[in-house]
Amino acid sequence: MFLQQLINGLTLGGVYALVALGYTMVYGILELINFAHGEIYMLGAYIGIIALGLFTAWGWTAAAPALSLLAAVAVAAVYCGAVGATVERLAYRPLRRAHRLTPLISAIGVSIVLQNVVMLTQGSADKVFPRLSDAPTTFAVAGATVSALQLWIVGISAALMGSLHLLIRKTRLGLAMRATAQDPRMASLVGVPVNRVITATFVIGSALAAVAGVMVGLYYGVVNFFIGYVAGIKAFTAAVLGGIGNVPGAMLGGVILGVLEGLGAGYLSNEYKDVIAFVILILVLIVRPTGLMGERIPDKV
Amino acid sequence: MLRVEGLRVSYGAVEAVKGLDLDVGAGEIVALIGANGAGKSTTLMAISGATAVSGGYIRFRGTAIEGRPASEIVRLGIAHVPEGRRIFKRLTVLENLQVGAYTRRDRREVEASLEGMFGYFPALRDRRGQQGGTLSGGEQQMLAIGRALMANPTLLLLDEPSLGLAPLMVERIFDIIRSIHRSGTTMLLVEQNARTALGVADRAYVVETGRIVLHGPASALLDDPKVRTAYLGEVIA
Ligand SMILES: Nc1ncnc2c1ncn2[C@@H]1O[C@H](COP(=O)(O)OP(=O)(O)OP(=O)(O)O)[C@@H](O)[C@H]1O
Ligand SMILES: [Mg+2]
Repeated sequence: MFLQQLINGLTLGGVYALVALGYTMVYGILELINFAHGEIYMLGAYIGIIALGLFTAWGWTAAAPALSLLAAVAVAAVYCGAVGATVERLAYRPLRRAHRLTPLISAIGVSIVLQNVVMLTQGSADKVFPRLSDAPTTFAVAGATVSALQLWIVGISAALMGSLHLLIRKTRLGLAMRATAQDPRMASLVGVPVNRVITATFVIGSALAAVAGVMVGLYYGVVNFFIGYVAGIKAFTAAVLGGIGNVPGAMLGGVILGVLEGLGAGYLSNEYKDVIAFVILILVLIVRPTGLMGERIPDKV
Repeated sequence: MLRVEGLRVSYGAVEAVKGLDLDVGAGEIVALIGANGAGKSTTLMAISGATAVSGGYIRFRGTAIEGRPASEIVRLGIAHVPEGRRIFKRLTVLENLQVGAYTRRDRREVEASLEGMFGYFPALRDRRGQQGGTLSGGEQQMLAIGRALMANPTLLLLDEPSLGLAPLMVERIFDIIRSIHRSGTTMLLVEQNARTALGVADRAYVVETGRIVLHGPASALLDDPKVRTAYLGEVIA
């Protein structure tokens, strides 16, 4: 059972990490906790349902399930990336100079709006995700079962995290993002277009959350307009656990949280699964608020 | 090269610069001296586009630059070494220098600037893989100047390069500033250390509460009794 729960936990962990990255990147640059980020994830899941529904109707999923999965993920990423950029432009940028709490309130507002838009257009009942295939492929590994979908989820999560790492460490945009996170005024003095860097940060973070939304939707099979709330708190926990603002920390925090949840679900009870994240969040905030990899709480506003 | 006319800058209700005029000719080193809070840094910030201007004109090589975004002003050829250095502490020395060349696209030219800059600051070459925050104060100042040079500026704005440095290091930094100037970079230098500033500058302006109260050749200001008592700390018998 240990191995089985570890595998399940790793699957979820990769997904939490993807969502956690959006929290941590935005916090790193703006010191804003983007409470609406969980809703972007939820929106991604719905875009995934719509896209896969179409692909099924067109016969694509039957012909090429893996490609259909990748295509649905890509559509959701692009759509949510655009939504993330729009949210930043309309709800956060005008408040850049306001008191710190103001954008938080704006974020809660965005969150309510997104939930309601999805509820009104997609209904408040659970939505069933189209299946990629009728007989899911599974592999037996030392007594545990791994589904092909789990492998896809872990693979896509790892590939995206690896790419993000390279983007941040090796590219011009990554350098601009790191400089902006450390000292936005100085970054603009050397000619970094800080607003465009912030937009890029929201686009990337939202796209990653959307990918996570589609994958979790497929994994659990059903979604509703409310899933962004709990997922948001879990991913935020993962970000805090790793050290908010720290990108490798978010990856680590996500995986740890997923594995602990998986093991908790197996050894304690499935009902307690969601409580684990809250317990970890509270413990980290009390014992080590800077998280596993955070050096310090930045002191700028 | 640079002409500032009637510059006004406010922070909320407080007007920090109240109609300031100054000129910098091509090839000059011009010093801006004055007491704490006189508005020197604010003036430089306004020139480089980091602070909004509430009135007046700033012309650089014939182009009106007031109100333009900082990135555009860097591209036009003004680089700013800010007060307190503000190097990126968690970027490596090399990354700090690369980000200084952010507006430039030609890799080979940037590489050439890097070599030229290492010529002035050989210590930075040895430390290029180190995090900026691990450098000593003097090295951080070198890095801040080096980073600005990476933009290949025609006008360099220097805000208190001597701040917090030991006298020997101040001397070294100013020697390097002189040789950068000799290779053709025009400079506007802000200093509280008026003696050092007047020592290197061709001309100087004295700022008091947001306005120029005195200007002239640096050598004349060194002899001016008012400057000597107020800024050079001399007691006139
Ligand atoms: N960000 C800010 N917000 C509000 N007031 C400011 C700000 N920056 C500067 N000021 C005020 O503007 C005035 C001019 O400040 P400035 O930093 O330009 O002076 P300075 O001549 O550079 O002084 P110093 O020699 O101490 O560096 C001061 O009264 C200062 O308190
Ligand atoms: Mg100053």
